[in-house]
Amino acid sequence: MSRLLDVNDLRVSFKTYGGEVKAVRGVDFHIQQGEVLAIVGESGCGKSVTAQSIMGLLPKKVSRIKSGSVTFNGKELLGLSKKQMQKLKGSEIGLISQDPMTSLNPTMRIGSQIAETIKKHTNYSRSKIHDRTIELLDLVGIPNPEKRYRQYPHELSGGMRQRVLIAMALSCEPKLLIADEPTTALDVTIQAQILDLLKDIQVRLGTSIMIITHDLGVVAEVAQRVAVMYAGVIVESGDVEEIFETPKHPYTWGLLKSVPRYEKGKHEKERLVPIEGSPPDLFAPPAGCPFAARCDYAMEICIDQMPDPIKTSETHQARCWLNDTRAPNANDFVAAGGNDV
Amino acid sequence: MAEPKKDDVLFRPVDRSRFQQEKIVRPSMSQWKETTVKILRNKLAILGLGLLVIITILAIIGPHLVPFNYSDQNLSGKNLPPGPEHWFGTDSLGRDMWARTWYGARISLTIGLAAAVIDLILGLIVGGISGYMAGRGKFGDKVDGFLMRIVEILYGIPYLLVVILLLVVMKPGLWTIIIALSITGWVGMARIVRGQILQLKEQEYVAAAEKLGTPHRKIIMRHLFPNMIGIIIVNLTFTIPQAIFAESFLSFIGLGVQAPIASWGTMANDALGVILTGQWWRLFFPGFMISLTMFAFNVFGDGLQDALDPQSKE
Amino acid sequence: MYIFKRILTMILTIWVITTLTFIIMHSIPGDPFASDADVLPEEVLENMRAKFNLDEPLPVQYVLYLKNLVQFDLGPSIQSETRDVNTLISDGFPASAILGLQSLVIALVFGLLLGIIAALNHNGMLDYAAMAFAILGISIPSFILAPLLINYFAVKWGMFPVASWGTWQHTILPSVALATAPLAIVARFMRSSMLDVMNQNYIKTADAKGLAITGIVIKHGVRNALIPVISFIGPLAAFLLTGTFVIEKIFAIPGIGKYFVDSIFNRDFPVILGTTIFFSTILIVTLFLVDISYRIVDPRIKLTSRGE
Repeated sequence: MSRLLDVNDLRVSFKTYGGEVKAVRGVDFHIQQGEVLAIVGESGCGKSVTAQSIMGLLPKKVSRIKSGSVTFNGKELLGLSKKQMQKLKGSEIGLISQDPMTSLNPTMRIGSQIAETIKKHTNYSRSKIHDRTIELLDLVGIPNPEKRYRQYPHELSGGMRQRVLIAMALSCEPKLLIADEPTTALDVTIQAQILDLLKDIQVRLGTSIMIITHDLGVVAEVAQRVAVMYAGVIVESGDVEEIFETPKHPYTWGLLKSVPRYEKGKHEKERLVPIEGSPPDLFAPPAGCPFAARCDYAMEICIDQMPDPIKTSETHQARCWLNDTRAPNANDFVAAGGNDV
Repeated sequence: MAEPKKDDVLFRPVDRSRFQQEKIVRPSMSQWKETTVKILRNKLAILGLGLLVIITILAIIGPHLVPFNYSDQNLSGKNLPPGPEHWFGTDSLGRDMWARTWYGARISLTIGLAAAVIDLILGLIVGGISGYMAGRGKFGDKVDGFLMRIVEILYGIPYLLVVILLLVVMKPGLWTIIIALSITGWVGMARIVRGQILQLKEQEYVAAAEKLGTPHRKIIMRHLFPNMIGIIIVNLTFTIPQAIFAESFLSFIGLGVQAPIASWGTMANDALGVILTGQWWRLFFPGFMISLTMFAFNVFGDGLQDALDPQSKE
Repeated sequence: MYIFKRILTMILTIWVITTLTFIIMHSIPGDPFASDADVLPEEVLENMRAKFNLDEPLPVQYVLYLKNLVQFDLGPSIQSETRDVNTLISDGFPASAILGLQSLVIALVFGLLLGIIAALNHNGMLDYAAMAFAILGISIPSFILAPLLINYFAVKWGMFPVASWGTWQHTILPSVALATAPLAIVARFMRSSMLDVMNQNYIKTADAKGLAITGIVIKHGVRNALIPVISFIGPLAAFLLTGTFVIEKIFAIPGIGKYFVDSIFNRDFPVILGTTIFFSTILIVTLFLVDISYRIVDPRIKLTSRGE
């Protein structure tokens, strides 16, 4: 398998009245052909900004990509001109945006909004564009596509709108699909349907998917690999089993302990443990580990020095001093996954 | 793998108290403080406010700075251009334009303020009752519906026409204009107040206060009023110049204050006949003052609106 | 159902205006011929009063007036022997309509353009320039602007006729004077609406589709930004209408606005009453049409309900 997307040392800042907010502070990750990568983190950790900078969607006036490289299909994206980027967006990289309720143009029919993308990137005839749109609506499981084609967004439910957005993103058979919190605004049952649809697309069309979410349930459902993001950096990444079974970063431990889990045969209720405190202000990020202030295992070194990624397997790495051999009982801690030693 | 040095100082558990000092980086501000800060940063708004203060001061002391009364006629010294004696020149009856201009400022500002205050009071009462009664049983909805029907009909009537009609039948004068402007002017304020109250009533904290049995008076004073005051003030900064504009408009078509009282509108009207004769000062000073006042109110109102908008955080 | 209800409210409003105006007109002590009482013989005065139904009791006069009104007869004028109110209106209407419509078009076309340009250059030089112009446009009343325009464009530079009506050249200066303030208001309104829309998620969606900027702005931006601006055309029409009073006066244009202002000074009550009703009706119908078109343009609002 070859790498479809390779992001290296990406740094993005926002200009505000008070000064510079460093939203993304050196992010590295990659996506293989046909793979689903999940980026997990709480709101404000920089996961959406990362996605938007890949597609060049950040507001140009207030944001700046300070450094880094984004290689897509062997091509560097960050230096591309507007025109070259426009060619790529919608045809090779599709975006499924966060909020289906506000991401569709309220005064334009569903059909035309999908057809628009096809018209831009192909030279199909009118009737062929129409047929392709209907085909797409059908593909994403919208019943009665001919009728829906002529409807306006407000006439559709949230789940249906999300399907329309997916159809839109798929319209030119992109190699990469970026799904930014695709299920957050939806009911649980609808969430499951949308995730099934995404999985189905990945299997059937071989599309790589980068899914951004704060919901570990979503991750477990669809992802093959996971990157955990905190305060603008990726603190841990690995295969989905590795992250869930042998997490190596206290933040990941915290995340896992803060979601309910149901296990067969286990009747006593497991207590949910919230992560105390809140993420640091990225206006003035700490010099050391950004999680140190909330970390039960914080050490002196955590305050001043950010650890480099420490590999614990071919695919698994974490940025935490606990994995350093010098840390006391490090192996015990890490092996226990943060449960009391 | 290297032999772990278990006693490395750096790897001892950290002293928690070290985190306390760097807790809050960005101080949070109260809404009023934030508004003030934002306004002070907005140079245009400050310019507007400064101009308004200057205009007000000159309206108070301006007429006393020259030895002429606004109505003193001096036929031997008529149509004089601005000079050391008559700073703004004189008109066709030899009246001092400086005195008249600042006397006119008094009239215009009085009308603007009075009309706006009356609008505000009437609007608060009607809009307040309507918004508060809405959704409170059959009777409440009836009251709201009735008041809103009146507002709807009045809103459909072109207000300047009504004002003109009223002025035709009433004795012309300062208070006539104020009353005529207020009779129709409160409708806009009533709509805004009602809309605000309806919106605020949806908020959880108001619903909570009501469920807890907080007295109505307290809900209004504690929750509704403080949250509406911003939008009301912004609205005032737009209704005052509207009233000033309406007064000068009415004076211009001859329905405003009557001679010898001066207002910017009547002065502009007087000047209309002589604009082509080169007596530019006759139109310039009243026209400039109207425009300057409008400008000042508008930029100040804009600034205030921006400052009160929580979304303009940048 | 909604349209029916709206039409009913419209008729009700017009009736309220008529009644109100009628009462106001007749609450003045004495009669319009009081000033003629010394010079004219008593029989002539009686005849005159009879002609204007002034000899009847007030309720009867009211009913008679309404009866004529339903037949679109606004009655005779006191000042003019030969022309009744209907003729006055039909004489003056073309000039007023041309002036009003031309100003409306100027205000909308240039106002919208200016607003869009400003929004797309948010916080740039063009934005500041456009907004400076808009603030000036709002600050300078038309009755100050009009003499200035005459002084420069007509008297000093001789580009346009000074006043009066006739050729299209005559219409330029008054239209510009009348349109400036509404143009400025439209520009500000459109700018903020456009800024709001360009921040919406669906614009980001369009961007992610790889559409060209101009396409995004026109198809997704302007179209949605226009919706709130449409609702502003009603008040705009009212603004233009009252503006015609002074503009027609300054430029000596034989329009209804001028007749209206003249009738106020002549205390020609039937004309005041008639023109007021006429103006109000035009405005109310405009508001109605704006409301309907608003509901047609925005698919989210159905014509059948109030939709709020």
